[in-house]
Amino acid sequence: MIETTFTPVSAALGGAMIGLATVLLLALRGNVFGATGILAGFLSPSSSSDWAWRAALMAGLVCGPLAHFALLGEMPPVEVPVAPWMVLVGGFLVGLGVTFGAGCTSGHGICGLARGARRSIVATATFMLTTALTVYAVRHVFGGL
Amino acid sequence: MHLVAIYLAGLLFGLGISISGMVNPAKTLNFFDVAGGWDASLAVVMVTALAVAAGGYRLVLRRSAPLFAPRFQLPTARAIDARLVLGAGLFGIGWGMSGFCPGASLPALGTGRVEVFAFTGALVAGMFTARWLMRLNATRAATVSA
Repeated sequence: MIETTFTPVSAALGGAMIGLATVLLLALRGNVFGATGILAGFLSPSSSSDWAWRAALMAGLVCGPLAHFALLGEMPPVEVPVAPWMVLVGGFLVGLGVTFGAGCTSGHGICGLARGARRSIVATATFMLTTALTVYAVRHVFGGL
Repeated sequence: MHLVAIYLAGLLFGLGISISGMVNPAKTLNFFDVAGGWDASLAVVMVTALAVAAGGYRLVLRRSAPLFAPRFQLPTARAIDARLVLGAGLFGIGWGMSGFCPGASLPALGTGRVEVFAFTGALVAGMFTARWLMRLNATRAATVSA
């Protein structure tokens, strides 16, 4: 386990930016800001104009840490406290899960809850629970893997 | 012009994920570890983002259409079924194992870290596998009913 500290101010500031970005996308293009849906449509677009806005959005996302660097003079830390195979297996399960469940933390957890969608309330409660159970199992039953 | 505005919305989201520390799997996982060194930051990020989104959505949806498209395209699915719950459950297992979710891993690609590319590659493989399984299932259902 790698220790991290509670950072309420930067968390609230970043959270407000995330929320504002979802509102902007709705105002500009009329879509919800779900990373799963944006990535899925980017990989298999329905038309070239559909691909173009997704590509522009993805380019913006990837530049986020660079804007962070430009503003604060350092890159954000990325610390991976798990074995490489867990990153790979975890990534594959996330890909399966978000496709079957039609959304992830951004699509269900932020945009869906903001719209009061019942599907998103059920999905968010479910994945928050299974994530917590998995972290508990990995760290306190299997001893960290 | 329209694509520049959308790029800036993506940049704002990516910067928010980065500033809030959500690009860091160690920080995300520590939120879920109530039995260890708990870091509540993720809850603050989600609650703040949700509050801003809920207020902003309400204002934007008063308009008849978005600026650069003929109409709003909100999700229309309503069914709370086994696929939704199973999918969300699997997603959580993967998130708990890796510490990355899609909305954090896409901005995290910008840090150039190899682990992020490994995660995102596996994520895409899982997405295509799920689609293939869903198509297979649909074909089988059609064959059985025919």
